[in-house]
Amino acid sequence: MSDSPRPLTGAPPLGERLIEAALAGCAAISLLTSAAIVLVLAQETFAFFHAVPITSFLFDTEWTPLFERARFGIWPLVCGTALTSAVALLVAGPLGVLAAIYLAEFATPRARDRLKPMIEVLAGIPTLVYGYFALRVVTPCLALVIPDLQGFNALSAGLVMGLMILPTVCSLGEDALHAVPQTLREGAVALGAGRLATLFLIVVPAARSGLLAALTLGLSRALGETMIVAIAAGQQAHLTLDPRSPVETMSAYIVQISLGDAAAGTVAYRTIFAVGAALFALTFATNALAQRWIAAARRVG
Amino acid sequence: MTAPRLHVHKLRAGFGGKEVLHDLELEIAAGTVTAIIGPSGCGKSTFIRTLNRMHELVGGAWVKGRVLLDEQDLYASDVDPVLLRRRVGMVFQKPNPFPSMSIRDNVVAGLRLTGTLSRGQTEAIAERALRQAALWDEVKDRLDDPGAALSGGQQQRLCIARALAVDPQVLLMDEPCSALDPIATARIEDLIHSLRGRYTIVLVTHSMQQAARVSERTAFLLRGELVEVDDTRKIFTKPNDRRTEDYITGRFG
Ligand SMILES: Nc1ncnc2c1ncn2[C@@H]1O[C@H](COP(=O)(O)OP(=O)(O)O)[C@@H](O)[C@H]1O
Ligand SMILES: [Mg+2]
Repeated sequence: MSDSPRPLTGAPPLGERLIEAALAGCAAISLLTSAAIVLVLAQETFAFFHAVPITSFLFDTEWTPLFERARFGIWPLVCGTALTSAVALLVAGPLGVLAAIYLAEFATPRARDRLKPMIEVLAGIPTLVYGYFALRVVTPCLALVIPDLQGFNALSAGLVMGLMILPTVCSLGEDALHAVPQTLREGAVALGAGRLATLFLIVVPAARSGLLAALTLGLSRALGETMIVAIAAGQQAHLTLDPRSPVETMSAYIVQISLGDAAAGTVAYRTIFAVGAALFALTFATNALAQRWIAAARRVG
Repeated sequence: MTAPRLHVHKLRAGFGGKEVLHDLELEIAAGTVTAIIGPSGCGKSTFIRTLNRMHELVGGAWVKGRVLLDEQDLYASDVDPVLLRRRVGMVFQKPNPFPSMSIRDNVVAGLRLTGTLSRGQTEAIAERALRQAALWDEVKDRLDDPGAALSGGQQQRLCIARALAVDPQVLLMDEPCSALDPIATARIEDLIHSLRGRYTIVLVTHSMQQAARVSERTAFLLRGELVEVDDTRKIFTKPNDRRTEDYITGRFG
């Protein structure tokens, strides 16, 4: 080894600094974009509440912003969103978790390698296709068994939305189950536990924070989903929790007005932003709640 | 002489095309502590896992020959490995308490997992097993805390308590102290001492001192071959085989 002095100080090479700057720039762009969106949303929402008192937004039971005697109660839209998302979660939750359990614990590696891409294809179908599937296939089929079902309804939109988020729940759920250390399974088996006992008393509880995270992500997608509900759920804001009747979700309302001819600056136009802000708040609150739940599950688990 | 608790006869085992254990022959008397020593990779874990049929859970794993527990062949076609594992318990290298369960629930987990926990028994069983595992005094005031909140040594004793709670006859231990500090190790060794007689213990260890301290019999395994098995004192003072002597004097390993 030569004894020439080897300095311990010095600036990093230029290339390294350039790359660092480029990466920082990319991060800045996404941050700025988010900031701009929040800013516009806040500004227009503010302007909306200038024209419409926040009390009527929160306490009125009707949403008829385009009528002569406009009413601005947000709850019918919130109900529509909650109803379709709840139906979706009722479908995707059990199905997704069970499918994840099957893939992670029962399927042979070969079967898993075939089935997983097939399930993930579901995630690649455009939501427009899902929408027409709900309207043209699911609703007529359901009408055969549910006589009171209306042509546009929350039920079939929610069911199909559940199919749409199924891959998310299943795939993330499988990852969560897969991440459970083998040593825990071995610990249970060494105690004389059978396969199902090991699965449901050890593996699933150990994976529950990840399973909850999978469900949350699915729910977030359902809350914001637009196309399926716009096509199949009808676009009538009713304050109802009856899944057989038509509803309008917050997202569906936003596209409806955006595609219409509400002139910029009018109150009707500004409802888009007020509803958008409310949807943002709803999604945010759901996520925050779920995060706390997940963190609690992780602390114990 | 009575029949041995465990009788290993012409045991061969491996993974796929690879044979890891070659024609092992070993008898283990009831109530004794037998140490299995040998260099890393010689097949100690593979061997101990053939004794409760955990070996076969790995894809491609196979076993030939016989292992008799009280003269009954574990590998007979009508033996249910799940029932077998309730008589032959196991403690692993790394403590693996169930993270979602309290200390108490960890101890009775085996009974709950096998559906054999009757109501109202939990407290008594948990206390007895924790006392046997010399952990009771340290945890009696916090049985509802998560098992994962304990120190490594305590976790390992919790795993021993968990194994004892299902009332096994044989306890297999695969390097149970390798993740522990010397003080925690000493406590486990004391515990092994106190369990002898009541349980038949097979202890894999990479520490020859540990084998010398806690076992009555020692088996030396080298490249899947059982070189020598004898009284521990004999192995460490006057081994018969040259290779055993080389190993315990540190000439290789
Ligand atoms: N799952 C496995 N698949 C293939 N070979 C394995 C597997 N586990 C262990 N082996 C091999 O079996 C031999 C013995 O391993 P092991 O029983 O773990 O040794 P020890 O516990 O004495 O260190 C080693 O050569 C190891 O590479
Ligand atoms: Mg080993």
